[in-house]
Parts: sequence; C-alpha cells; structure tokens
Amino acid sequence: MSVPDADLAVPAGPRARQTGSAWLARRGTGLALRVVVLGPLLILAALWALLSILSPYFFTTLNITNLLQASSVVAILATGQLLIILTGAIDLSAGAVVALATVVGAKLAQSTHSGLLVVAAMLATGAAVGLANGVLIEKARLGSSFVVTLGMLSIATGLAFVVSDGSTITGLPALVDDVGSRDVGGLPISALVVMGFATAIAVLTLRLQWGRWVYAVGGNRDAGERVGIPVRAVSISVFVLGGLAAGLAGVIQAGLTDSGTASSGFNAELDAISAVVIGGATLTGGRGTVFGTLVGALILGTIHNGLNLLSVNLNWEPIVLGSVLILAIGADRLRAGFETRLRLRQAGHEDGSLA
Amino acid sequence: MTSAPGEAVLEVEGATKSFGAVAALSDVSLRLGHGEILAVVGDNGAGKSTLIKCVSGAHRLDRGRVRVNGDVVALRSPIHARQNGIETVYQDLSLFDNLSVVANLFAGRELTSPRRTRVVGWLRNRAMTSQVAEILAELEVNVPNLHAPVGLLSGGQRQAIAVARAVSFATRLVILDEPTAALGVRETRNVLRLVKRLPERGVSVIIISHNLEQVAEVADRVMVLRRGVKVGEAPPDAEHHDRIVGLIVGAQTGPL
Repeated sequence: MSVPDADLAVPAGPRARQTGSAWLARRGTGLALRVVVLGPLLILAALWALLSILSPYFFTTLNITNLLQASSVVAILATGQLLIILTGAIDLSAGAVVALATVVGAKLAQSTHSGLLVVAAMLATGAAVGLANGVLIEKARLGSSFVVTLGMLSIATGLAFVVSDGSTITGLPALVDDVGSRDVGGLPISALVVMGFATAIAVLTLRLQWGRWVYAVGGNRDAGERVGIPVRAVSISVFVLGGLAAGLAGVIQAGLTDSGTASSGFNAELDAISAVVIGGATLTGGRGTVFGTLVGALILGTIHNGLNLLSVNLNWEPIVLGSVLILAIGADRLRAGFETRLRLRQAGHEDGSLA
Repeated sequence: MTSAPGEAVLEVEGATKSFGAVAALSDVSLRLGHGEILAVVGDNGAGKSTLIKCVSGAHRLDRGRVRVNGDVVALRSPIHARQNGIETVYQDLSLFDNLSVVANLFAGRELTSPRRTRVVGWLRNRAMTSQVAEILAELEVNVPNLHAPVGLLSGGQRQAIAVARAVSFATRLVILDEPTAALGVRETRNVLRLVKRLPERGVSVIIISHNLEQVAEVADRVMVLRRGVKVGEAPPDAEHHDRIVGLIVGAQTGPL
C-alpha cells in the first residue's frame, strides 16, 4: 500500500485542489472522530437511558442529587489519580489518605471550631503524603511508584488508626458538613466542589506549560529529560496534587458522615483507578482527560446507584463493577483502534493505515 | 551566522575514551568547517557512537579537547551541548508519540504567555503552530496535519520531525545518529535530501552511518573509524570509494 499524499519532503508546489467528495470525507472523518472520542460518554448515556426505563425512581431530582453526591469522593480521587497516571505512575495510597484526612480533621475539630482550619489541615495532610510519595520515588530514586505507594497505603492506614485510636470520631465543623451533605437547589455542594476542582485541573493540564510537560513525561520520559523538561519535579508535582485531591475527597467523605474513621476510603483508590481507565486513559501514561475521568467516575456511581434502585443483593455489586472495568478496557481497545484509524486518515494516510 | 567560512565550528583534538579495559576511542581528532557535512562511518564497534556521545555531551572524554567556534568547551550534558548550539538526533528519535507535531517541536521550550514564564505560563499554541508550519515549509517537510499525534506518522515523517526539531534548536551543529537505519528506500532519499539542505541554514552536520553508499550522496567528507581509531578521511567521490570501503572493513591500511 502506498501513501501518496503523506510523504515528507514533497517539493512545495500547487497542491491539487480538494474535490467536493474529499472535503465531505474529511468532514466525515472529523465528525466520526468526535463521536469516537466521546466513547465513555456514550456508555454513560446508555446506562442512564436503560436505568430510566428499568426504574421510575432513577431520573428524579432526589436520586440524581444522591448519585452526584455519592460519586463525588471517587470523582475527586480519580481526577488526582489521573494526573499521576498521565505521567505513567500510579498512587495506591489515595484511599488510605482519605481515611487519614478524615481522622485528622475530626480529631482537630475536637479542639477548634474553625472550619477553615480543619479543612486546611485535611488538605495539608493529603498534600504532605503526596509530597512524601513523590520525594521517595524521585529524590530517593526508589523509582517504582507501585511499591512506594503500596507502602504508603499501609503507613497512612496505620497512622489513621493511631490518630483515631481505632474508633470513629464524630462531629465536624459546619463547613465540612455542608461541603459533604448539603445542596444548593438540588445540586450538591460536593458536586460543585468536584466541578471546580476538575475544571481547575483541566485548565492546568491543557493550557499550562506544566500540563504539556505532564503529558510529555508520560509519553516519553527519557526524551523529556533530553529536551530539558524537569522530569523529576513534574513527577513530584503530580503526586502532591494527587495527595491534595485525596485530602479534598477526605473533606467530602467526612462531611457526608459527620465523622472521621480509619476505615473510610477503603479500596477507594481502586475505584479511582477504575474511573480513570474507564474514562479512556492508559496506565502506561500520556493519554487521558479530566472530562473522560469524570465520566468514568459517573459510570461507576451510576452502576452503584442503579443496583441499589433495582434492589440487587449488594454482594453482587463488586462483581458487576469488576466486570464493567474489564469490559470497559475491552471496549476501549476497540474504540482506540477505531480512533487510530480515523486519525491516520485525518493525518493524510488515505486508507487509514500506515504504508 | 557569525563565523567566517572556513572557520571551524567544531574541533576535536585527541579524543580518548575507555569503558573499563575497552578503549572505545583512541586519540581521535576531527575538524568540521562552517556549513560542512561530515560523515563518520565504520563497522559496528568502531567508536562512532562513542565519538558523537562525547560531542553531544552524553559522555565525558578521558583525554582530549572539544572546541566549539574556537573556544575549548567541556560539554557536561546534552542540555549543555544545546546551549553551545549542538543538537543530536538520536537513533530512537526521542519523540513524544502521544503529542502533536507542534508539541514535539517545542517540547521543553514551549512558547508561553507572559513571555518566558516557565511552568505556569500559558501555552501560546497558535504562535507555536505558525512557527512550526514555517520551519517545516522551509525544510520542505510535508506533514498534512500539524495536530496529529506523532505516533501516527510514518517512519520517514517521524525522522523528518526529529531532524526539524534538532535544526530549530541548533545554531551551529546537528549530529544525526544513523538517521536512515530504519527507513525504506524512498524515505531514506527524502531524509537525505532534508539533510543536504541544512547548511543553507548555516548549520553544520555530522552524520553517523554504517552505510557508505547513503552518506556519500550528502557528505562533503567521510571520516572512517575502526576499533576506536581514526584510520582515514577522504571526499566520498568515485576515486576514493574503494579505498574507504577497504578502510572500513580493515582490508586497507595506511594513508589514502
């Protein structure tokens, strides 16, 4: 197969004028590409349509409010996890950091009534653990984020038990409770927090030089070093932001239950990683978006919510969620293959294949 | 460019480098003029890669000196080499397959607003796109979609993007490590045509290859390495061809 139009160093001359059908094919490719990129969103829409048919309670204000609220912890965690996954790393300690943040907040609330101080302490706890992860991986040159954050998962869980003495500490400032459980006109404050945080992260990753570097490090770390990107600093920065996200998720989690406990956030990092992957990111790094990640978190939340509404025995839920994750990866492989073909065509390879 | 024709852009004097007991490079000297294309050829293990790694800052010499535009420079790292106007295109190309053509050409030195704000500066995507379009047009590199991820381009296009990136960084010298090793016949021809144009931009070129026939087309001079020693240097014309081949394989010794 030849690639007549896509060769390099074709002497610049008058290019053949595009015919009407070529223009149409181009537009068609662009349109198809847009649909394919929206893959996860289509799955979410299909789920919502299905549940609306199966349950009269699904598409009600009350239920959607519940769904958004219940999804917000995973959504925030997943957004932080996405940054780390984009660089080709992973953070297994995120769920444990949620627990640690809730008990730090609840413990501090026993001696202060300042909501701001409690929230700041919870966020700082998350960021500090993230910084420790990043520094251990990059400065101490331990390299493997999997092993380091696995260790940190254990340490943070242990710390949460030590701080709380193994019991649930109730009573958090009104600010925390409001963030976790109140809503404004049917829209939960936690959902607004998710939107604010996700928008900020989306802007950082898509518009700032830093964001370009995050994608570059995940795409080709060695090349990043060669072109002068401060690879280690970028890597540490995503762990700090990931930790901050876990702290923020802790604020919502504590507010939802008005308490801090060492067992909260258990396995939440796995839900977050699932959401990131369902949202179209690759674990090898360099590919994924905040929008896709939010959709991934909503897909998980919707399944959880739908199973409840349909009164499915709760023991089945992990089985369904696990199956969805594996199916999602299969579907994403198909989708990515299709996307590649369309992009090749858009890049000028006429038949959608490399020569 | 500032240097007068004939003035040396790069001079290597008595370059020596060992790895343990293995002498990878013994007392190699070379001189590269302004706008000149020098081919360094030799069999596997001849010391070609070691030589360019010393000039591109990846290795430090055990003995010997490197002069850039007449000044002695101890090149510490690839970044330091870049600051001296030397850019290397590695065999693996060092491209970001997940990023666009534009993002690849500006990787690590993105245009930002406010100007020169590192890390937290806003990307000036439009300005970068138009500059990339300009440099690719100048080099006559045809890539239909500047926003396509580089991973989707053909081997020849990827090589061209890597060369274009090097040229847009380099002010004095571009080093190409086996630029045609992975390419087909036509793509090889196109990449070599691109290399030939580089002196027009005031850039000198060192091209590493084990394929004499290919570099003979573009090089002004050919330097032959064998077992870490410079065994000869000659223009790549028909008159010298057989003797250069002899030097590469070790059948020929002595001066050309």
